[in-house]
Amino acid sequence: MPVARSWNGLESLSHNFLTGKLEDFVRWSRRSSMWPATFGLACCAIEVMAVGGAEYDLSRFGMEVFRASPRQADLMIVGGRVSQKMAPVLRQVYDQMAEPKWVISMGVCASTGGMFNNYAIVQGVDEIVPVDVYAPGCPPGPNTLLHAILTLHEKIRTGEILRRRERTGAGAGVDLAAEVPGWTQPLATPVHLGTPR
Amino acid sequence: MAPSGSLAGQVPELGGVPSADSSGDEVFFPTRASYVSLATALRRVGFITCSDLCAVDYLTHADRPLPAGVQPARFEVVVNLLSHAEARRVRLRVMVPEDDPVCPTLFSVYPGTENMEREAYDLMGIRFTGHPDPSRILMPEDWEGHPLRRDYGVGRVPVQFKEAPGPR
Amino acid sequence: MNDEHPGELRGDDQATPDPIGGASLRLAAETGEGSQELAPADETSLVELAIEQGGVLRLPESDALDPDAADATFGAGETMILNIGPQHPSTHGVLRMMVELQGETVLRSKPVVGYLHTGMEKTGEELTYVQGATNVTRMDYLSPLHNELVYSLAVEKLLAVEIPPRATWIRMLMCELNRISSHIMWAATNGMDLASTTMMIFGLRERDLVLQFFEKVTGLRMNHNYIRPGGVAADLPDGWEDDVAVVVDTIGARLKDYDELLTGQPIFRERTEGVGVVSAELLLALSATGPILRAAGVPWDLRRSMPYLAYEEVDFDVIVGTSGDCFDRYAVRLNEVRESIRIVRQILEKMPSGDYRSEDKKVTPPARARINESMEALIHHFKLFTRGIEPPEGEVYVAVESPRGELGCYLVSDGSNRPMRMHIRAPSFANLQAVPAMLRDGLIADLIAILSSVDPVLGDVDR
Repeated sequence: MPVARSWNGLESLSHNFLTGKLEDFVRWSRRSSMWPATFGLACCAIEVMAVGGAEYDLSRFGMEVFRASPRQADLMIVGGRVSQKMAPVLRQVYDQMAEPKWVISMGVCASTGGMFNNYAIVQGVDEIVPVDVYAPGCPPGPNTLLHAILTLHEKIRTGEILRRRERTGAGAGVDLAAEVPGWTQPLATPVHLGTPR
Repeated sequence: MAPSGSLAGQVPELGGVPSADSSGDEVFFPTRASYVSLATALRRVGFITCSDLCAVDYLTHADRPLPAGVQPARFEVVVNLLSHAEARRVRLRVMVPEDDPVCPTLFSVYPGTENMEREAYDLMGIRFTGHPDPSRILMPEDWEGHPLRRDYGVGRVPVQFKEAPGPR
Repeated sequence: MNDEHPGELRGDDQATPDPIGGASLRLAAETGEGSQELAPADETSLVELAIEQGGVLRLPESDALDPDAADATFGAGETMILNIGPQHPSTHGVLRMMVELQGETVLRSKPVVGYLHTGMEKTGEELTYVQGATNVTRMDYLSPLHNELVYSLAVEKLLAVEIPPRATWIRMLMCELNRISSHIMWAATNGMDLASTTMMIFGLRERDLVLQFFEKVTGLRMNHNYIRPGGVAADLPDGWEDDVAVVVDTIGARLKDYDELLTGQPIFRERTEGVGVVSAELLLALSATGPILRAAGVPWDLRRSMPYLAYEEVDFDVIVGTSGDCFDRYAVRLNEVRESIRIVRQILEKMPSGDYRSEDKKVTPPARARINESMEALIHHFKLFTRGIEPPEGEVYVAVESPRGELGCYLVSDGSNRPMRMHIRAPSFANLQAVPAMLRDGLIADLIAILSSVDPVLGDVDR
């Protein structure tokens, strides 16, 4: 049962030929001019800058404008390890972005905590924000990041990404247990800090 | 640039302080009470900058080799000083006991130790009396515990093929 | 600020040691809360207020949210505490600055760090010595080879092993190329912070040349895990001389583009000259090292003063500035790129042949082909990759000159295959302490220029 909690744009209209074309146009515009928010944290940030440089030009995709203000950005490329102190800041910046917004988790540290499986690093930024594309690598080369960005563009082009969101209600402030029947919170293994070695 | 002779000759405050040679570095072991005045004396002789101050937790290696006259303690505050004129380093190791993890601050002698002492407090729990801003620097302000201590777990979450470390 | 400190330290004539009583107390006062006798703030000039009240804003972050609740007595005029970062395009990573502003003038400030704390020193205690280089390399991510170098040198000092000359020269080559790429990356981001986007594109283009060479040699563009205890991971590939020659020739020729774009530009000069001046004495007291110290006039470079690797056998100049402002820091770094190119050209001529890693079987795994032939080689390989190197008990401190300053490693070994304590002395951690003094009574518009000229890398600061 689709969960139409909010005006999901054109996706919630029943289609005819004209609105189908309009939807394609909207999707094209969304993916052709997707502005990243500057959220480079560590080493991956340098590779993000390299992608924005001349060799791996991000400007051919319309994405060279890195907006510092989250209000003006569509895409958050979380590049680097997210520490415990940075996690609330990350969530706050994500919340300040306007819909539609996407998240690419760049690098292994952002995707799963990477090689730093310890007290200081959040084990995967998807514990804090919903992620659309994961780019592996330490750091992912510019080609990998471009692949991730183009994968995201494909997901937007086919409309898959917004269909998934509609189904599960992913996004800020949604109570999944109430909305989606049969969904249970996956159990997290508690980590006791300060356990005697 | 060879260092010019032993320091004990130039610095009278070093007399009686146990010393050792560690892979070619000179190391002295002042007590907590005399350590600031010793650093002051070394600064007067030319060790104008403090390269590094850190804390070490010897919980699992209490029987490390120490020179005679030094009572081992759980924590050590290690200070590396550098002299530009002679291009030499000297190291001070101060024993700090577990039940009273307090040490005087070097801030008045070397203001550059401000951040380093904050880090030693944050990660190891050693308080520095007289420090102008004794607060956590790397962990969030409301964090409990001192992560770099040897009895503080790494905090590893179990993943496929590698479970969390059990108690040692 | 320079007038307040006559007799600035010059590295050569250190014959008269700095008298402890006056200078140290004054320096502590400048960085501390100041003396207790204050004239009314209206009658005190801003410069004197700087000395009285110190440059560092020692206010807990929670109090900064409600300044009225803070115990801060200010003079005439209202002040405001502004928060910059941690998510900010120009803070060079996740650095947060709390600045106290009076109008547009910065009074006191406090760099808040910890947003990238990764617990690398704790992780270092969990990894073996063989794995340790992968961990430290990610600290200062703009010059990863220097991190690996200092860690490997510390382990080798504990083990007391000799490294073959070719390994030493390869390390020197890679580290100097890394210095070039780091300084060019700094110039790129500095240019972009000062609104010269072209500089960013130019710098990234040059840096990519070096990174492509690194990829050819080490397999990775960044975070290479190439310099390991015992030598380096692999020999230089065939044809490396041509590759390196192309890299340094191209970069050397393009440096004049930077001169055209930045050094000669009146806007850049006005934004950086006379901005962020700080005396050498204060920098030494604050344990600042590297280009910011050399820009203030102190000719201290570990490669020259306490040489490591083979720096005694190559010819290079130590670049020293005069006034310690942002422009001098830029000039020092740009000229250090030229000196590094000079060193690399000498290495091209003088590279010795031989082994690229130590033959000592307790340190270096045997060649892969030998594992099939010799039982002993197989056993050594197995022991090294499961158990690892086991240095004798002891503690060492080794320091190298990274592009940001003195990068040190304090390693304590308890005889097992893991370090008992691995502490990295991060240059940016200490350099950030000088930032409040540099920002003092400048304009907020200068804050970005100054912060950028200090070149903090937050991976280094927070570890």
